[in-house]
Amino acid sequence: MKANCFLLFGQKNCGKADQKARNSKNDVLASLIWEEGTTGMSEFAIELKGINKSFGPVRANRDINLAVVPGTIHGIIGENGAGKSTLMSILYGFYQADSGEIFIKGEKLTISDSQAAIAAGIGMVHQHFMLVENFTVLENIILGAEGGNILNSALGNARQSLIKLEEDYELAVDPDAVIEELPVGIQQRVEILKALYRGAEILILDEPTGVLTPSEADHLFRILQQLKDQGKTIVLITHKLREIMAITDNVSVMRQGTMVATRKTSETSVEDLAELMVGRRVLMQVDKGEAKPADVKLSVENLTVRDGRGVTMVDDVSLEVRAGEIVGIAGVAGNGQSELLEAIAGITRAESGVVLLDGKPIKVTGGADPALLRHEGMVHVPEDRHHMGLVLPFEENENSILGYHDQEQYLSGMFLSIDAIRADAEAKIEQYDIRPPNPRLKTSNFSGGNQQKIVLAREMEQDPVVLLIGQPTRGVDVGAIEFIHKRIIEMRDAGKAVLLVSVELDEIRSLSDRVLVMFAGKIVGERSPEATEGELGLLMAGVESEVA
Amino acid sequence: MKNELPKWADYGLIPLMNLAVAFLVSGLVVLFVGENPIEAARLMIRGSLGYGEGIGFTLFHATNFIFTGLAVAVAFHCGLFNIGGEGQAYIGGLGAAVVALAFDRIVPWWITFPIAIAASALFGALWALIPAWLQAKRGSHVVITTIMFNFIASSLMVYLLTGLLRPQGSMAPQTRTFEAGGQIPKLDFMMDWFGLDIGGAPLNLSFLVALVAAFLVWVLIWRTRFGYELRTMGTNPTAAIYAGIPPVKTIVVTMLISGALAGMMALNPVMGEQARVELDFVAGAGFVGIAVALMGRSHPVGIVIAAILFGMLYQGGAELAFDMPNISRDMIIVIQGLVILFAGALEHMFRPTLIGFFQILSIRFSSSSKEAA
Repeated sequence: MKANCFLLFGQKNCGKADQKARNSKNDVLASLIWEEGTTGMSEFAIELKGINKSFGPVRANRDINLAVVPGTIHGIIGENGAGKSTLMSILYGFYQADSGEIFIKGEKLTISDSQAAIAAGIGMVHQHFMLVENFTVLENIILGAEGGNILNSALGNARQSLIKLEEDYELAVDPDAVIEELPVGIQQRVEILKALYRGAEILILDEPTGVLTPSEADHLFRILQQLKDQGKTIVLITHKLREIMAITDNVSVMRQGTMVATRKTSETSVEDLAELMVGRRVLMQVDKGEAKPADVKLSVENLTVRDGRGVTMVDDVSLEVRAGEIVGIAGVAGNGQSELLEAIAGITRAESGVVLLDGKPIKVTGGADPALLRHEGMVHVPEDRHHMGLVLPFEENENSILGYHDQEQYLSGMFLSIDAIRADAEAKIEQYDIRPPNPRLKTSNFSGGNQQKIVLAREMEQDPVVLLIGQPTRGVDVGAIEFIHKRIIEMRDAGKAVLLVSVELDEIRSLSDRVLVMFAGKIVGERSPEATEGELGLLMAGVESEVA
Repeated sequence: MKNELPKWADYGLIPLMNLAVAFLVSGLVVLFVGENPIEAARLMIRGSLGYGEGIGFTLFHATNFIFTGLAVAVAFHCGLFNIGGEGQAYIGGLGAAVVALAFDRIVPWWITFPIAIAASALFGALWALIPAWLQAKRGSHVVITTIMFNFIASSLMVYLLTGLLRPQGSMAPQTRTFEAGGQIPKLDFMMDWFGLDIGGAPLNLSFLVALVAAFLVWVLIWRTRFGYELRTMGTNPTAAIYAGIPPVKTIVVTMLISGALAGMMALNPVMGEQARVELDFVAGAGFVGIAVALMGRSHPVGIVIAAILFGMLYQGGAELAFDMPNISRDMIIVIQGLVILFAGALEHMFRPTLIGFFQILSIRFSSSSKEAA
C-alpha cells in the first residue's frame, strides 16, 4: 500500500492522508474556535460557512468553511486549481457564491462587488498589480476613491493621509514617483497602501512573492508582521510551503475545491502540509546522481538582445552547456532569462552574438528559423505554454505534433496522416500518463500539469541534443512536478545538454548541476547548486555586481 | 469544460434559435405593414422551395453564397477577416469574361469552362494579393485594405465596362453576350431526375463546382499540412512562430486561396446566367458571404446549409414582393438584414443563456445519477 503511494500518479490517494484530512477538517476548526474564543461565540475577522461555487460541471468550491482569527496571519495553501483564488474572489465580490454565508467581524454580509468588500474593510493585493503604470503613486492611491470631479483637493487630502499611513506602518514610498520607474517590491507596497488608504482591516494577498527576490520577499514579510502587530488581519494565499511555515499563524489547506484541513502553523510541518495538499506522500527532494558532463553541446557567446523599444534585455551573455549536465539560470522574473531562452531558440531576433549548437553556428541575429533548429536537435519547452507551447482550442493530438508537423512520419505528401498522428499521441499519453487519456479532447480541457506534460512529451521524445526548458513547473500541481523533475534528470542522464530557466529558486537548486544568476540582462555569477539561498538571493538582487 | 456547449447545440441549436428570432422580428415587421406574417412565411417558403423553378433560383443564389462564404471562412481560420469578397468576385468576373470572350467562338463550353474557372480564381486571388502582402509585411489591417480594394474594383470595372469591354456602338455598360462556347450548361437534366422542372431558373454547373470547392476547403483546412499551419496561425500566432510556421507565407497563401474562392463566384452569374459581364453583377453576394460564414460556423457543411438558406431568402423574398403589394423589395432587404443581424452580428446573444441552461441540466443529471447510485 505504501509503495503504491510513492509510485502511482494522479487520482490514487493514500487512504491515510485522506482520512487524516477528513478528521482534521472538523477537529482543528473546532479546536481553533475553542482556543481563541474566550466568551461563548467568538468573533472571527472572517468566517465563511458552507461556501459553494460551480463553474458549469466544475465545482471550484465545495462546502468551504473557514475561520480567520483577528490579528493573525492566516495562510491558504493548495495546488493550482484547488479553488483558493475562487474562494478569495468570492470574498472580494468578484464572484457570487452559489450558496453559503459570509461573516465579517461577526456580521453577516452579502458581498456583491468589490465596493462592498472595501466597505466591509477588506483589501486585496492582487498577484498582478492593478496599478496604472504611468501615474504617480498618489494618483494610483486615490484611483476609484477620488471623491469628486475636481482632482486637486482630493490629491491634497490624499497626500496628508498617505504620509500618515506611511509613517504609521513604516511603508516609505515617494508619493510623486511614477509607478513604472519603481521596483516591483515598491509597487507591491503601493498596492498595500492602496488597500490601507481605503480603510482595510483585513488584507488578502494573492501569491505576493511570485515576482519578488528572496530579500524583497523577506522585506514584505517584515511589513506583514508589522501590520499584524498593529492589529490587521492578513490572509496569505500561496503555493509555497516555506512561506507558510515562515510567517503564518494558522494555515488552511485546500484540495480539489474542498478545505481539507486547518492547522496551527507551529504544530505542522512542510511534509504534513504537502501531503494534505496532494492527498498522498510527496517526495520533496529530487533524487539525482552525479552529473557526468561531456562535450560542449550549446555554446552562447556575447549574445545581446533588445526588445521592440530598443531596451537591452540580454546584455552580452556567454555560457556553455555540456552534454549530460543541467545548467540552471536563476533570477527574478523579468531580468532577461525569458529573452535569452527565446533568442537561443530562434524565436526572438538577437542583436549580436554567436550561438553554437553542437559546434555549428546557428543564425540568431538575422532571424533564425525555429523549425530548422528543431531539425538540428534543439528542442524548446517554452515558458508560457498557453501562449506559445500549445494551441489551446486544438485537439490534444494536434498539439502533440506542433512544430514537428513537417516530419515525414506525420505526413503523406501534403496531407496529414491523421492515423499516424493519433497513434503517436496515444503512445505519448501512455508514456507520460497524460489524463484524461483522450487524444481527441480539446487541449484547454486538460489541467495545467497535463498540458505541460503534453509539451514535455512532444519535445523530449525528439531525442534532442540540447533541451531548453523555461519554467517547467509553473502552474503545475505538486504530483506532476515530481514527474517532470524526474524526466528532466533522465534527459540529463541520457546525455542531453539541458538549459533550465526558472524563477523558482528551489527548483533551480534541486535540478541544476551549475547555477548561473541573471540580473538586469547580465549573468552576474556562477555558483554551485549547494550555494546558500542567501548568497544566490544577493546575486539575484544584483548586490554583488554593484559592489564589484 | 466550463462555458462550452455540446457540439450539436453549438452547430445546430444556436443557428436555429437565431433564425427563429430573426423570423419572429420579421413577422412583427410584416404585421406592422398590415400583412399576415404567417401568410408571408408561407409565400416565401412556397416561392423558394415549392416548385421546380423556385428551387432552381434558390440554388442559383446559393451557389454565389457558397463561394463567398467559403472565401470568408478560409481567411477566418487563419485569423484574417476578408471583407473584400465583393471586389475579388467582381475582378474574378473579369477573368471569366476574358476567357469567355477569347474562346467562346472557337471551342465548346467544356474547354472554356475549366480555363474560366482557373482565370476567375486567379484574378480573384490577385485582387487579394496586395492586401495580403500589406498585412503580412507591413501589418496594414486586411479589413481596411480589402474594403478599400472593393471600391477600387468597382471603379476599375466601371472604367473597363464603359470603355475597353463595351462592344462598338453599344450604349450599355457591359460586355458582348458570350456565344455557346462561353456559357455554362444548366442543371435542368439533373433536376429532371427528381422530377423537377427548373423552367427559366439559371441554376447551372457552377453549383456542382461550388459543392466540390466546399469539400476541397474541408480537406484543405483539416487534412493538409498547410491547413494545420493556417489554423495554428489563426488560433495562436505566437505558437505558430514557436512552431516555425512562416507567418508571411501563411497569411499570403491563405488570402490568395480566399480571393480565389471569391473570384470563382463570378462564374455563376457571368457564364451561367447573363452570359456577359454587367455592372455590379456581384450585387452584395460578397457581403452576404460574411453572414453565411458566420452562420455556418466557418465549416463547409454549415456554409452550404447557410448558403441555401440565404438563397431561399433571396428567391422567396422576390416572390413575396410580387405577391404581397404592401411588401416592397426594400422590405425583403429588411428581412434579410434581420437574419444577418441575428445570425451574424448577434451570434452569441443566446449563448450564455443556453450555457446556463445546459449547466442546470448537467447538474440535475449528475445529482440524480448520484442518487441512483
